[in-house]
Amino acid sequence: MARMTMIEAVRSAMDVSMARDDNVVVFGEDVGYFGGVFRSTQGLQAKYGRTRCFDTPISESGIVGTAIGMAAYGLKPCVEIQFADYMYPAYDQLTQEAARIRYRSNGDFTCPIVVRMPTGGGIFGGQTHSQSPEALFTHVCGLKVIVPSNPYDAKGLLIAAIEDPDPVMFLEPKRLYNGPFDGHHERPVTPWSKHDLGEVPDGHYTIPIGKAEVRRAGSAVTVVAYGTMVHVALAAAEDAGIDAEVIDLRSLLPLDLDTIVKSVSKTGRCVVVHEATLTSGFGAEVAALVQEHCFYHLEAPVVRVAGWDTPYPHAQEWDYFPGPGRVGRALAEVMEA
Amino acid sequence: MVDSARLSLHVPEPAVRPGGQPDFSNVKIAKAGSVPRPEVDVASEDIRDLAYSIIRVLNRDGEAVGPWAGSLSDEALLTGLRDMMKLRAFDARMLMAQRQGKTSFYMQHLGEEAVSCAFRKALEKGDMNFPTYRQAGLLIADDYPMVEMMNQIYSNESDPLRGRQLPIMYSSKEHGFFTISGNLATQYVQAVGWAMASAIKNDSRIAAAWIGDGSTAESDFHSALVFASTYKAPVILNIVNNQWAISTFQGIARGGSGTFAARGLGFGIPALRVDGNDYLAVHAVARWAAERARRNLGPTLIEYVTYRVGAHSTSDDPSAYRPKTESEAWPLGDPVLRLKKHLIVKGAWSEERHVQAEAEIMDEVIEAQRQAEAHGTLHAGGRPSVRDIFEGVYAEMPPHIRRQRQKAGY
Ligand SMILES: Cc1ncc(C[n+]2csc(CCOP(=O)(O)OP(=O)(O)O)c2C)c(N)n1
Repeated sequence: MARMTMIEAVRSAMDVSMARDDNVVVFGEDVGYFGGVFRSTQGLQAKYGRTRCFDTPISESGIVGTAIGMAAYGLKPCVEIQFADYMYPAYDQLTQEAARIRYRSNGDFTCPIVVRMPTGGGIFGGQTHSQSPEALFTHVCGLKVIVPSNPYDAKGLLIAAIEDPDPVMFLEPKRLYNGPFDGHHERPVTPWSKHDLGEVPDGHYTIPIGKAEVRRAGSAVTVVAYGTMVHVALAAAEDAGIDAEVIDLRSLLPLDLDTIVKSVSKTGRCVVVHEATLTSGFGAEVAALVQEHCFYHLEAPVVRVAGWDTPYPHAQEWDYFPGPGRVGRALAEVMEA
Repeated sequence: MVDSARLSLHVPEPAVRPGGQPDFSNVKIAKAGSVPRPEVDVASEDIRDLAYSIIRVLNRDGEAVGPWAGSLSDEALLTGLRDMMKLRAFDARMLMAQRQGKTSFYMQHLGEEAVSCAFRKALEKGDMNFPTYRQAGLLIADDYPMVEMMNQIYSNESDPLRGRQLPIMYSSKEHGFFTISGNLATQYVQAVGWAMASAIKNDSRIAAAWIGDGSTAESDFHSALVFASTYKAPVILNIVNNQWAISTFQGIARGGSGTFAARGLGFGIPALRVDGNDYLAVHAVARWAAERARRNLGPTLIEYVTYRVGAHSTSDDPSAYRPKTESEAWPLGDPVLRLKKHLIVKGAWSEERHVQAEAEIMDEVIEAQRQAEAHGTLHAGGRPSVRDIFEGVYAEMPPHIRRQRQKAGY
């Protein structure tokens, strides 16, 4: 067992998958010789050759479009979109093609691709390197959407995604690439080497897609979060001294409704936290489901904490990013109700 | 500062509109047999002319002439004629079925039969097409059962796609026909990906991409050319230039550039222009491109110059935007009549046999239609189960879809 960063865990997942299955190919902008701008594919070309890990032209629709064709042939492409902010040229290929091929051909053709993309803010990326587009994918029937919050999950989920027979969007919160982040930007980052979840098995293992994990048990309120916000939620519960149960969704589509319903039925209160903008964000889906399934257990209205309904600013990054302060106030609000 | 007139926007217009005299004087047509046939390993810059000319084999007298002739035996040509006649008869019956309310929609191939029918014969089993909606000839020429095609068009209980797709959006992996998307151009780049995969696996199979002249304006067309040329993918990039994109003439997508084929040149892709109404020329060119691909020499771009004689679809009225007689003025003739004439000139066919074949083929189509309609049409008889709505979105049904299905009572 090794201590790994999330980048190393992601790389290890591709390495393990490429070693086990000749049909796994990895490509994208700068991913070949150089190993990707975040180095998540470093060493894969040297190990598996130029036809299994290679650089592509800067054409996101080309990357995803060719991946779809390769999947129809029988390969298992795992492609990288350099930043989630640049997936829009590929959105047509993802929503109209990848997501529907199985359905519209009644299983005659399928599309087992994985599309990885660094998401979220907190690295001074400004509005063009900080987006969290998960809700644009969860609205699309036929896709699966995963957001890991730590190296252990990232590796197990990515291997599961590569082995999945359907198209999977794999959103990597780049604020977590090197260590957990609790939203206190003025404090130094704890490296993953000092964190339990930085311990990652070397070989093959999977984490089932569609299963959430309770990161902190509690009885007063349920906090539903994913990605970077899991760590912010944990810090907020700690800071506020509230007996909060924190659920890390891990998979947004399919969603582990059972775990949410079980928790909220017990606590009677729910706060949903995400980094993406509020309006029509994934929190709205969670809030609606909680209302539908837990109405008679609720002691207070469900509260959402999210990024503001503005583009992601550069200089005011820490005022945009939901931190423990904002989550703490939301916790206090639902506890008072 | 230069003292100049105010700017004005140039908006291209076709030569003639309804009420005018059809005019194809701008379509420069090379004499049959006059365009050279280069070796398949030729460099694209050495055959630039072929992107501007038109490769033709059948001349006015019905003879096959020049270096592109001779790629097919008489028997193969008779089969080709039959395939085109079958597609035409199929279209006629299905168009009528749509008019009778048996389905919602139909798209015919009238005038373009040679393109897909001849192309299919240049491919081998296991190769893969990524077609658009006017290539049913790929299925017909591969002997895909017409009954299955009709079941799909009727969305009936035997529809292989369980009523999920618009009519004519067929899918058959077995027959090398990728599931059709209604979203134009998306599949062009997928074909390149399939071809790249075949090369990655050191396979011998090749792919073919299909697009209309209008849709070449989509960015996926350009992505496909970039990827095909970068990786020298074993793919044939087909552009069917039938002059019209619904009501929009080909000059709108093409702009001032010489030809659609010429778009390949900037990418270093050998590009050919061919008479799309000449079964022999289409076959010869497709075979040339297929050989290039199979010999790992990379992609070829082919523009088929043809004319959409029928309406764009059953929802379209072409008389609103082009002269009614324009199709008759089309200088490259009718693909069925041209091949028929050639076979008669060769002594392999006759008027009598043609009339007889027409009747036989129509009987065959009507019999298929009878069988398909026994399984239902869009609004009558058997239809796929409502349960099918929920199946097959994913390999395994996730809980949220299962909940919705249960709530709906299935
Ligand atoms: C992305 C997209 N935009 C618009 C349409 C609507 N549409 C369907 S067919 C068509 C014209 C296509 O013309 P062309 O590519 O020349 O093919 P043709 O019909 O002439 O064979 C249009 C605009 C569509 N299906 N997909």
